[in-house]
Amino acid sequence: MSDQLLIILALCIPVATSIFIVITHNNINVREAGTLFSTVCLILVVYALLQKVLNGEEPQLLVLEFLPGLAIHFRIEPLGMLFGCIASFLWLINSIYSIGYMRGNKEKHQTRFYVCFAIAIASTMGIAFSANLVTLFIFYEMLTLSTYPLVTHKGSEDAMRAGRVYLGTLLSTSICFFLPAIIWTNVLAGTTEFTNGGILNRDTGHSVILVLLMLFAYGIGKAALMPMHRWLPAAMVAPTPVSALLHAVAVVKAGVFSIVKIVTYIFSPAFLSEMIEVNVLLYLAGITIILASIIALQADNLKRRLAYSTISQLSYVILATALLAPISIMGAALHILAHAFGKITLFFAAGSIYTATKKTAVSELDGIGKAMPWTMGAFAIASLSMIGVPPTVGFLSKWYILQGAFEVESWFAVTVIVISTLLNAGYFLPVIYAAFFKKPVDGKELNYQEAPLAIVLALTITAIMTVLLFFFPEVPLQLVKLLAGNML
Amino acid sequence: MITPHLPVLQVIIALIAAPLCVILRQGTLSWLLATLVCFLSFLISCILFNQVLTEGVISYALGGWLSPWGIEYRLDKLTVFMLLVINGVAAIVLLGAKASIANEISSDRLYLFYTAFLLNLTGILGVIVTGDAFNLFVFIEIASLSSYAMISIGRDRRGLYAAFKYLVFGTIGASFILISVGLLYAVTGTLNMVDIFQRLPDVENTRTLMTALVFFVVGIGIKAAIFPLHLWLPDAYSYSPSIVSTFLAGTTTKVFIYVLIRFIFSVFGYEIVFEQAVFNYLLMLLACAGILYGSYLAIKQDSLKRLLAYSSIAQLGYMLLGISLATEAGLAAGLIHIFNHAIIKVTLFLSVVTIIFYTKTDSISRLAGLFKTMPLVMLAFFIAGLSLIGVPMTAGFVSKWYLIKASFEAGYWGLVLVIVFSSVLAIIYIWKFVEVAYFKSPENEVVTLDSNQKTPYLLFFALFIFVVANIYFGLDSSLNVDMANAIARDLFAK
Repeated sequence: MSDQLLIILALCIPVATSIFIVITHNNINVREAGTLFSTVCLILVVYALLQKVLNGEEPQLLVLEFLPGLAIHFRIEPLGMLFGCIASFLWLINSIYSIGYMRGNKEKHQTRFYVCFAIAIASTMGIAFSANLVTLFIFYEMLTLSTYPLVTHKGSEDAMRAGRVYLGTLLSTSICFFLPAIIWTNVLAGTTEFTNGGILNRDTGHSVILVLLMLFAYGIGKAALMPMHRWLPAAMVAPTPVSALLHAVAVVKAGVFSIVKIVTYIFSPAFLSEMIEVNVLLYLAGITIILASIIALQADNLKRRLAYSTISQLSYVILATALLAPISIMGAALHILAHAFGKITLFFAAGSIYTATKKTAVSELDGIGKAMPWTMGAFAIASLSMIGVPPTVGFLSKWYILQGAFEVESWFAVTVIVISTLLNAGYFLPVIYAAFFKKPVDGKELNYQEAPLAIVLALTITAIMTVLLFFFPEVPLQLVKLLAGNML
Repeated sequence: MITPHLPVLQVIIALIAAPLCVILRQGTLSWLLATLVCFLSFLISCILFNQVLTEGVISYALGGWLSPWGIEYRLDKLTVFMLLVINGVAAIVLLGAKASIANEISSDRLYLFYTAFLLNLTGILGVIVTGDAFNLFVFIEIASLSSYAMISIGRDRRGLYAAFKYLVFGTIGASFILISVGLLYAVTGTLNMVDIFQRLPDVENTRTLMTALVFFVVGIGIKAAIFPLHLWLPDAYSYSPSIVSTFLAGTTTKVFIYVLIRFIFSVFGYEIVFEQAVFNYLLMLLACAGILYGSYLAIKQDSLKRLLAYSSIAQLGYMLLGISLATEAGLAAGLIHIFNHAIIKVTLFLSVVTIIFYTKTDSISRLAGLFKTMPLVMLAFFIAGLSLIGVPMTAGFVSKWYLIKASFEAGYWGLVLVIVFSSVLAIIYIWKFVEVAYFKSPENEVVTLDSNQKTPYLLFFALFIFVVANIYFGLDSSLNVDMANAIARDLFAK
């Protein structure tokens, strides 16, 4: 199939799915079969695109030029391809999980849920494949708006307040900082296309570059760089599949993906590394990593702990990008992948525990490993990946990031990574220990079992993937090597 | 045969039709006539648009009396651009207006409303086409007097007070404009705008000229509701029949911004206004203050119409901001926003019109659960709201893009902050209503839909057209953007 058709399909399949879901909302089995079918279709389309990208092609599609010089334009470069693969694959897994979760918890408004979910995926594909900042921005905003009904799914007072924080932070940062940054880039460079080697003029003043970089870093609120992180813990009120979408599949990944992409293709790492001022971003990311980890350490609510863990892991990606060595940026891209699979497993496990036992606090999990071996086993594997222990994919990305840190001799980054690894271990290992080795608090045997099959199936697959990606990392590695090639 | 006379027909058809409504004395017939006239007028403006684009400036001597003795109608790109916006809005709004008008105005006065409406249209079209400074004043008065009548004609008695307030303010504004025109006549000896423009260099730096400029800016400031001369606007918008608010929001204030642009560039000359009198800094300051003030007060309103009124004050600030940058790009951005804001605000007002039509209230706190009961209308409001905020792929985004870009290019970083900050305020006041309508379930005290009403298909149709326009001009904005750029180039080249 031609490049254009494949790109159109990748964007239209999720949209068509949402229409299909609306039409078939009366028959939930048909509705859900349709969802699963189209997730598989999307994966096939993305796979076909992947083959082309691995061959060194960059498929593109110009949709329309809506203002002179500004166009909705897609071009699939290696980083976008990697993100597209992650999102499309996890959509399938997440759909399986959602079906189990939504039915298991008898949630209301399921049709609305699946519709918004599909639109969010379409927006994510748009972000991944965007060829310029304007296209990226359009889909970035679409993603914010389409996930709002998901975050506020419960419709309670809490959900409404969380929705306000969510939308308020993401929309206002994007309009206050991101949009002016894009327009400023356009004024300075005359274009917003992502180009190998960057588009900014080398004569641009250092202070201008720094301000611009900061506008991007804070304007992309989805990357949750402190203090723009508040929306992420607030959004915990949403059902677990939504948290998984937010933390692993789409939203935060879109944030850090955008930052990596902008640094690589708008600024160019080689250009930035000439300027000492850019280290500000490195320090901000480092501080976020440590602070978020400390907060996670104190959180008793499991989802809250995971949320702060996400904030710290996102800043790993930013830190790795800010090191500006090609190898650390490869590490950043790999960390997007590693964190996606790790964190989705953790959230799936949290949701599984909630579905089976209605428990949400870490302190209530003593001895739960016996009753829910699959769930807690997957949780353990994913935790190891988060900490960066082999044989999990988390080790791989940390390896690359550390290599980059040593290469540019940033002892700050090395220290941050070491300390945060200890903190990661500090907030994940006690959970595993309590689940498997402690006795239940009241001494009674636990009288519940594993969550529904769909849930267990989904989290087992993602847990296996975190291990498999360690042993067979060829495809992602090849993609990030192509990415590094683009940086030269 | 008729083509050379189109400039005068543009004004005079509505003027002739106005007394016909009085003769008809019947609501529906008057509505039919008025709508017909509006569409005819729209057609004429389309032809004129085309004519000006292909053949250049049209100069029409009224009654065959050549200028400077007679009155000259002068149509350049800016004129036809405005004609198109005003006529387009007027025609489609009036098409959908009947049901709502019949609801909000007592039946024995309906024909009077349509008479006032047509007179108002005459006035604002006249203001746009005329090339004579005194004639402009006359048309301003026609437009203003008829709008006082329109505001007070509804069942809501508070409309009387609002109209009186507007009358007092408006009369002061109009007198100031008249004084300014008189002073200009005193120093140049002519009322024709082109002649004034040519003779002004001889009297540069005179105190009379500066006085004329000051009187003009204050006068037009009142008419266009530029902060802090906007005090009449919130009442006028919120207590008049809702269709009247829609029409005023979409057309009248924009026409006065047009007059401001026309006088700055074609009468005083921008060198005098911007470089000698440095009025651009004053305008910039007022624009910023208006943007922040309007957006902030919009958040505090409970009445939807009042909320939109304050939002209009803020949005007028955007247009003024573009002009005050004193660059080609800035002026173009201001013009683009005139066009886009007309579409956005009319969509918002028309959805409120529909809401009021069914529920008889526009109080946000009483409109809970509206997403369930009126999903289509709420969707329209939502899309227009996004457009107002400036979300991509809507018309509002295009405005904001060019406005921010022009501010960057002119080197005013602070203005970018004002623009983006007020966009955030816009998120708050739009979301305030969306949240109530989306989450809160309809409770006891909440008004229910009046199910006896016949579905106002035409109203929905008009609303639908504007919603589509919001998205269309977000995707393909070549019409307004190219036109605005061409106008700005012409005006600065003079």
